[in-house]
Amino acid sequence: MKIKLKIWRQANAADKGGFVVYDLDGVAREMSFLEMLDYLNTTLIQRGGDPVAFEHDCREGICGSCGLFINGRPHGPATQTTTCELRMTKFEDGSTIVIEPFRSRAFPVIRDLIVDRSAMDAIMRAGGFISATAGSAPEANSIPIRRERADEAIEAAACIGCGACVAACPNGSAMLFVSAKVSQLALLPQGRPEAAERVRRMVDKADELGFGHCSNVGACEAECPKGVKIAHIARLNREFVRAAL
Amino acid sequence: MTKLDARIPGGPLADKWANHKNSVHLVNPANRAKLDIILVGTGLAGASAASSLGELGYNVKVFCFQDTPRRAHSVAAQGGINAAKNYKNDGDSVYRLFYDIIKGGDYRAREANVYRAAEVSNQTIDQMVAAGVPFAREYSGYLDNRSFGGVQVSRTFYAKGLTGQQCLLGAYSGLIRQAAMGKVTVYPRRDVLEIVVVDGQARGIIVRNLVTGAIERHSGHAVVLATGGYGTIYYLSTLAVGSKATAAWAAHRKGAFFANPSFVQIHPTSLPQLNDFQSKLTLMSESLRNDGRIWVPKQKGDKRHPNTIPEDERDYYLERRYPTFGNLVPRDVASRAAKERCDAGYGVGDTGLSVYLDFGGAIQKQGKKSIEAKYGNLFEMYFKLTGSNPYEEPMRIYPAGHYTMGGLWVDYNLMTTIPGLFSIGESNFSDHGANRLGAGSLMQCSGDGYFILPVTIGDYLSDKIKVPRMPVDGPEFVSAEKDARDKLDRLMAVDGKQTVASFHKRLGKIMWDDCGMVRNEAGLTRALGAIADLKQEFWRDVKVPGRQDQVNQELEKAVKVADFMELGQLLCRDALARKESCGAHFREESQTPEGEAKRIDSEYSHVSVWEYRGEGVEPVLHKEPLVFENVEIKERSYK
Repeated sequence: MKIKLKIWRQANAADKGGFVVYDLDGVAREMSFLEMLDYLNTTLIQRGGDPVAFEHDCREGICGSCGLFINGRPHGPATQTTTCELRMTKFEDGSTIVIEPFRSRAFPVIRDLIVDRSAMDAIMRAGGFISATAGSAPEANSIPIRRERADEAIEAAACIGCGACVAACPNGSAMLFVSAKVSQLALLPQGRPEAAERVRRMVDKADELGFGHCSNVGACEAECPKGVKIAHIARLNREFVRAAL
Repeated sequence: MTKLDARIPGGPLADKWANHKNSVHLVNPANRAKLDIILVGTGLAGASAASSLGELGYNVKVFCFQDTPRRAHSVAAQGGINAAKNYKNDGDSVYRLFYDIIKGGDYRAREANVYRAAEVSNQTIDQMVAAGVPFAREYSGYLDNRSFGGVQVSRTFYAKGLTGQQCLLGAYSGLIRQAAMGKVTVYPRRDVLEIVVVDGQARGIIVRNLVTGAIERHSGHAVVLATGGYGTIYYLSTLAVGSKATAAWAAHRKGAFFANPSFVQIHPTSLPQLNDFQSKLTLMSESLRNDGRIWVPKQKGDKRHPNTIPEDERDYYLERRYPTFGNLVPRDVASRAAKERCDAGYGVGDTGLSVYLDFGGAIQKQGKKSIEAKYGNLFEMYFKLTGSNPYEEPMRIYPAGHYTMGGLWVDYNLMTTIPGLFSIGESNFSDHGANRLGAGSLMQCSGDGYFILPVTIGDYLSDKIKVPRMPVDGPEFVSAEKDARDKLDRLMAVDGKQTVASFHKRLGKIMWDDCGMVRNEAGLTRALGAIADLKQEFWRDVKVPGRQDQVNQELEKAVKVADFMELGQLLCRDALARKESCGAHFREESQTPEGEAKRIDSEYSHVSVWEYRGEGVEPVLHKEPLVFENVEIKERSYK
């Protein structure tokens, strides 16, 4: 395959940045998207150029490191697929592929396609936990949980913290990410004692960090690589109202 | 050899940990705030340790190379975590879990450590459930268990195929809670390049800030490495591509002995390598072997579609060779059996280097829905990566480099041969002998982090409460920083023609061919020479572009591969020195007539412990004898 790549290059946070176009020949359809970028970087290095910086680690769709905005969509054209799981079979020979970093006021660019997503850690720090100090836990089976409830909790808990929901949202809202944790812990009896405090603090923190508000656009759900449902935002809203009462 | 005192407490096996806890020195809660602990790595071991140590009141400085602690590769463990709860009433107990691990490790692990790991496993499950880890439930609302390879009970807790992710996020939530309370400070995007030793004690680290390129010095009263394994030495492996041995190797160079480096687990159920650009091999959980049956055609080179090959023309070779355990034999056994069939010409797929893992029968018997409930997300992942639908045709799998049982040598307190330097989780060697059983890794990592290290490190720190915080301008910090800078300068200065990845690929091929699933003297000797040549070529012709004072991912990779060149040689030396087969270490010269691993207990019932003596100098081999007082040593048979 021969493709044209239009890639966002930016030396550092202070740099203005801009698109650079690369013609890449010899791309194999069997490559993963990141292997295609590896290949581009090899050719750049061999020509004395500077390789494109991008983030990745597990390359099996679970660590949440990778996250590229490909042809206008976070993680590219395949549904429920992370960038690292994306294959070049999804692209036609001769096509142009535009690659940008995840864009959000809360995600400053570090270099090229790498952004700083530490704001998501800050939200978690505000309340994304159960205060279960090691040593104090009761016998595990003393807390029975209805199977359907546990299944629902794990659907929320499957969030990998990649930030695609933020990049997809026209408001730059992190609400799907916040709701995944709020919902998981609200569904479990262990999480109830801190539920009110948790939802208030996490939502406040997201506001404070410059994430936008949710206006029910639904782009987050459509682009979430793990299929986290917008219904969790509904649960978050219920929890939020309940906490205010 | 006083340095190799394992400090195993006295008393009967079942009482050792309790006795030890009763006799260690404690640190007064008010004094803990005066003590700083540096913790490197935020996988399940590191995150759970950070959480527990923060709760106790220590100041914990946590370092990871990722952008956030939540991404460490524990996140990718799929199948489960073991505990001896006996919820299934199938005769399980702490002793049986201990016994299974010792046997699974082919009698090359330390009894006392393994027993303790089994003992704390139950408490770990309690802790995880309390922290909100959504383990699978039965309709009753109670926790579900499933069985895993190498054992005959069901003791594995799981959360779909996301067990590692859920356990890690549980530990991460404990970590960030402590961060919120100011007890844990997280330093992400840092690579640890050197360990600083002052007056014979680990007192700090030198790190490279991966965003600015700045070299930073950090000091503490103790240093803990929770840096995971080095399976990426094979280039292609099931690990995250960022996994590395840099911090562990830095510790080794500073005097921490390295134990059983050649004990590497080759996992039987990975996706096969399909082409030369491939950057990683994806694991398919071992839990699939509960319902999936492994087979190859009985006829060599049979190119028919698997669905059209009739039942009596299929060779279910694991069930044939191991009727008792069948598809649930331990990983090393399953991997070698797959290699044997493929080498003999029965492999399937274009390359002939894969075997079938078939759910046809299970779907017929249990229904698609039931299989989907158990393995849905794994099937989905397989479909995404291969375009083949495992509900309709068998998966194709092949063994891949996975887990390293070897690692830094530690005593019962999880302390290395450098006082004050601890190693927990996969980065140490202690619990899995020559082969780890499935669902044992999450168990060990969380046990080490939540419950064991917090006790043993307190014992070490108990006489340090009057030791003031160390300024980072002492001569040891200065010289360690200089070593780190020199290495980076040297890598940049080569300015050759070949990329770092091309060297890594070549090293990986040498390791896979000659120090992988099957080893022999000729191959290992050849590999030692080949790595030495490759290392020279690397330092003569590697190309690291860009600058040091910015994000430079090629430089990060170059540091990693430079370490792997040295570690690779140590693996080969270790494999060469152990002329027996045991667990995952299979020496062709030592096998039974049926081709099973043959141990030589009279000569090799020890841990091989290597001491670094300088670059280019032969390392020294020490031996920690293994004493078995509570299990009868037998031939390890799964037939």
